[in-house]
Amino acid sequence: MSDEPLLRVNNLTKYYGARLGCADVSFELYPGEVLAIVGESGSGKTTLLNTLSANLEPSSGEALYRMRDETWRDIYALSEAERRFLTRTDWGFVHQNPADGLRMSVSAGANVGERLMAVGDRHYGRIRDTALDWLGRVEIAADRIDDQPRSFSGGMRQRLQIARNLVTGPRLVFMDEPTGGLDVSVQARLLDLVRQLVSELGLSAIVVTHDLAVARLLSHRMMVMKGGHVIEAGLTDRVLDDPREPYTQLLVSSILQV
Amino acid sequence: MTALRVRNLAKTFTMHLRGGISLPVVENVTFDVAPGECVVLGGPSGAGKSSILKMVYGNYGVDRGAVEIAHEGAMVDLASADPRTVLTLRRDAIGYVSQFLRTVPRVTALDVVAEPLVVRGVDKVEAQGRAGEMLHRLNLPERLWGLPPATFSGGEQQRVNIARGFITHHPVLLLDEPTASLDAVNRAVVVDMIADKKRAGVAMLGIFHDEEVRQAVADRIVDVTGFAPRAAA
Repeated sequence: MSDEPLLRVNNLTKYYGARLGCADVSFELYPGEVLAIVGESGSGKTTLLNTLSANLEPSSGEALYRMRDETWRDIYALSEAERRFLTRTDWGFVHQNPADGLRMSVSAGANVGERLMAVGDRHYGRIRDTALDWLGRVEIAADRIDDQPRSFSGGMRQRLQIARNLVTGPRLVFMDEPTGGLDVSVQARLLDLVRQLVSELGLSAIVVTHDLAVARLLSHRMMVMKGGHVIEAGLTDRVLDDPREPYTQLLVSSILQV
Repeated sequence: MTALRVRNLAKTFTMHLRGGISLPVVENVTFDVAPGECVVLGGPSGAGKSSILKMVYGNYGVDRGAVEIAHEGAMVDLASADPRTVLTLRRDAIGYVSQFLRTVPRVTALDVVAEPLVVRGVDKVEAQGRAGEMLHRLNLPERLWGLPPATFSGGEQQRVNIARGFITHHPVLLLDEPTASLDAVNRAVVVDMIADKKRAGVAMLGIFHDEEVRQAVADRIVDVTGFAPRAAA
């Protein structure tokens, strides 16, 4: 792990009018680190993720990102063009519903290739080869490259969405309940794949999940949110094995054991 | 010279779901472990042996005290370290063989064992080769190596876990009943492996309920009942 963070978040706060989304969130994320944000529906975890990924403007606070040229920039102060370039190249966003992150009416190959074209690659053969390579890495058979994702199962769509996001070699990936809505066996496969890719590529990731088992498996650190506030944070196995806050204890004790 | 220095650890659990009652576990936990030494935590069930091990590894937070681990020529306090430093210490300085294997879906036994080496940058094929040697030594049938351990028996899972914990060269190694579900033959293998670690200068801190194993591996026994909280005693 590198000694300089990739992201520095200071007192990030988001209100929807008078209603609080999330308040006073501060943390640093280092290269190769996976941070899980857990909490129940309405806790503010998705608001936080959408704000961090620049899909929402914060009401106050800043998120400083170390760009590829090593300059630090507040992501909310970037121009629209700079921000779009960042979100298409150096960042990825994996939505819970693959249909939100894919283009359902173009082929699987084009879904992966599109982000390459966005960074200026124009060589059709090379784009197709790269797309094929990525389909293989997410375990989608090569003969499905010309099929539209609407003909794919939920698990395949989610894997395609991951390939689409990772093809540009991002350094930071946001994931919103990446295994939500999938069958348990499909979840296991996806989790294993995500875990492997994150460690092979040395990605930093911020993963929102309500599933503590997902947090345990994927993340190094976690933040527990309730009512828009981070109520407990730390090393993932410390938070899960020795939860301090009443709400965290409730969450941990509510896990079903098999 | 000391590899692990534990000073005045205290721990109380506050159970918010049970009206906020306090459960004092231990206090004034103080001992050292030298390189090449195996120190065994003794005392009856519930005396806090596992809790001490978990505090030393950072799974449990501490209320007071320090867990100092030799790392890059200095003693680093894991108990007060930030998560990144704890992860660095776990990668380079302190290992942990837990009682139960936490399996990952779809990952084979061989890769579960090889993973700690791969994470440290060892070539995957070489890591798998060393993992195979460990599993072979622990008598895990080769036909199981390519399967995920979730469906293995308790003893088979424990051997995968031991192989994974022993494959690296952490200068400090924590052992939480590594022989609990093993037969006599494999218990003897683990005793041998612990002897090898001692010769390699590894400082070990463990819990062993099996009297015979404890006799065979312990250089010193630290009686945990001496750390009982006074309020509860």
